[in-house]
Amino acid sequence: MVKGILGIKLGMTSVYEGDKLVAVTVLKAGPCMVTNKMTKEKNGYNAVQLGFMEVKPEKLNKPEAGVFKAKKLSMFRYLKEFRDMDGEIGDKVTVEIFKDSQFVSVSGVSKGKGFSGVVKRWGFGGWPKTHGSGGLRRPGSIGAGTTPGKVFKGHPMAGHLGVNQTTVQKLRVIKIIPEKDLILVKGNVPGPDKNFVVVKAGG
Amino acid sequence: MERIKEIEKEYLKENIPDFNVGDTVKVHVRIKEGEKERVQIFEGTVLARKHGSINETFTVRKLSYGVGVERVFPLHSPMVKKIEVKKRGSVRRAKLYYLRDRIGKAQVVKEKKKNK
Repeated sequence: MVKGILGIKLGMTSVYEGDKLVAVTVLKAGPCMVTNKMTKEKNGYNAVQLGFMEVKPEKLNKPEAGVFKAKKLSMFRYLKEFRDMDGEIGDKVTVEIFKDSQFVSVSGVSKGKGFSGVVKRWGFGGWPKTHGSGGLRRPGSIGAGTTPGKVFKGHPMAGHLGVNQTTVQKLRVIKIIPEKDLILVKGNVPGPDKNFVVVKAGG
Repeated sequence: MERIKEIEKEYLKENIPDFNVGDTVKVHVRIKEGEKERVQIFEGTVLARKHGSINETFTVRKLSYGVGVERVFPLHSPMVKKIEVKKRGSVRRAKLYYLRDRIGKAQVVKEKKKNK
């Protein structure tokens, strides 16, 4: 069974695990509510839709608010579907679902880096700093000459970097604090602080 | 931010003695050798206290057989069992890196006069 929850990245810190200091990201995950249920017969697939972060009705537009009104549920800012997850409409989902999971994967939108060169964007080596070098961070050759007579599609070049949906897999769960809806995972998580993230159990 | 501070609080030591840069301290360090564990003492002058909260570290310098030895300890680490303050130093800098260039008696920090 898939286990997932929606949350927010609060920031990073370090905690002692035994004698060792480990870098952790603090996520506020849940409490979420099951706002919709998809079934094989009706929708062609099994899933539940989770709502996160309760908002006032005036914060949503009429079509958004109408969905919740029809089901007589409280209103949520974020909605996301999880395939093959269990739950009935109105059920609460908290961080306790990760009690038995050793690892989680976290997805979110990464930080925007703007228009970036090939060194930052693709990890090119750059040019020599000395010996009469003609540039420092230029890409160099982008292909052969008359044959093939074109630049191959998908060739790494400078361009916009960041603001991508990014998933970091297999982050170890260091600690779960159910009373505060917090979950501490080892390592980093995409995006800036206060970023909306999706946490799923397992690698 | 407050929520993160609360998490850190849990891991902070409460019984850290009040010591400062320039003081002479005895640091009791746990050392693991395979399965065995023992405590070693590192005594020297505190050169610096850096960073804050859970990440705070302090640097201790001592002379060992005429060679300067410096160790950086994480203040809140369980490996640092105890810190004893032997002497209070009178200093006018936050970091005493200048002691590294001193030779002989010049590298001794003056003791703080007690307030009467």
